[in-house]
Amino acid sequence: MSADARYTPYHPRWHRHRVSVWWWLKKGSYTVFVLRELTSVAVAFFAVVALGLVQTVAAGPEAYQQFLARLGTPLILCLNAIAFAFVLFHAITWFNLAPKAMVVRVGGKRVPDAIVAGSNYGAWLVLSGAVAYFLLRG
Amino acid sequence: MLERLTPFLWLLFSAGGTVAALLFPAHLFLTGLAFPLGWLEPPSHEALLTLLRHPVTRLYLLALISLPLFHGAHRFRYTLYDGLQLKHLTVLIAVLCYGTALAGTALAAHTLWSIPG
Repeated sequence: MSADARYTPYHPRWHRHRVSVWWWLKKGSYTVFVLRELTSVAVAFFAVVALGLVQTVAAGPEAYQQFLARLGTPLILCLNAIAFAFVLFHAITWFNLAPKAMVVRVGGKRVPDAIVAGSNYGAWLVLSGAVAYFLLRG
Repeated sequence: MLERLTPFLWLLFSAGGTVAALLFPAHLFLTGLAFPLGWLEPPSHEALLTLLRHPVTRLYLLALISLPLFHGAHRFRYTLYDGLQLKHLTVLIAVLCYGTALAGTALAAHTLWSIPG
């Protein structure tokens, strides 16, 4: 810490224990937490893939075919498979947290967690079906 | 500045997280695995272009790309803080994370709106 004694909203602690950068490997629940946080990388990765798809479709049939061919290369396939696992993990943890993040009340009574989470899973199913319908109808 | 934006950034985080949770598994499974592995037939260029010409599809795709980018940027920012203990680099990390999301959004908007109607 610097010797500069500016006001900070928290009292400075002059003595600190050093924590290893690998603190999250010491306990299963910490590891799950960090893996969940790392789903952000997979989410951003697929957003970029989706952007690439839009750009190549806009650029014309040849660019689109090239993009499809590139999706079939081993490296991109591996990355997409890993990203898919992480995105599923994100979806499941997100839906399971929904009842805790947003308490829904009907007529003054709290809607049970299972119903809030269940409706999220229901919406997931319906929207996945809609995406498949629009992309597979030919 | 960053403090004042924080509530808005959390809003984008949660909107993007919901979009990614509800829609990314299906899109990623089809585009990233089922089409390239030959399990299912990818849509023709013509079919996709027809879809893209519809304004609702463009708005959908802008949300599908932009909101998860901000979700990812926000979550990754805190992963770097906690995971790698980089709290002293707050401003640099925030500029890089949200800047990337902003650039992706601008690129997506530009591409989607320059498609002839």
